[in-house]
Amino acid sequence: MTSHLGMMVVFSLLVSGVFAVLMRDEPVEQAKLGARLVAAFVGAGFLIGWLLYPLPF
Amino acid sequence: MRSVAADRSGSTRPYIVCVVAWVVPGAGHVWMGRRQKGLAFLVLLTILFASGIWLEGQLFPLDPAQPLVALAGLADMGVGVPYLIAKAVGAGMGRAVAVTYEYGNTFIIVAGLLNMLVALDAFDIAKGRK
Repeated sequence: MTSHLGMMVVFSLLVSGVFAVLMRDEPVEQAKLGARLVAAFVGAGFLIGWLLYPLPF
Repeated sequence: MRSVAADRSGSTRPYIVCVVAWVVPGAGHVWMGRRQKGLAFLVLLTILFASGIWLEGQLFPLDPAQPLVALAGLADMGVGVPYLIAKAVGAGMGRAVAVTYEYGNTFIIVAGLLNMLVALDAFDIAKGRK
């Protein structure tokens, strides 16, 4: 879990879970929103990492 | 899912619910009859906070001389009882040279801030707004 990717994924899962439960009442809706949020977190992480990769610092 | 007698009057009950929700993550929702949400908050926020401690994050002091540190300390306290337990057992000292230090701080701070949001949600439910 202590790799950068592992920590990002664990963080995404937990925070997305809280937001999904907070924002939706039905378990199915919570699961759908949670999955979308995790995908957005991890996808944004990869995108930002890819954009920053060429920077020399 | 929907539950409970919402308090639309001006009583102090919503404020008590809010404080209880802050002290024990998810307790406000359980009190308001939303057990599934409350238990989910308890599990998720506790794991988030405990992961931060495990990743060698730090529980920051309320130092007025360092406003940003004090803000981080306030956010840390937002998680309630887990914060007090960690303090009591001497956890959360932080090891700044650890590669996971900043990740740990992020986990701990976000756990506290999210619990504040959860407490406000419990307050809204108790007020009958949701």
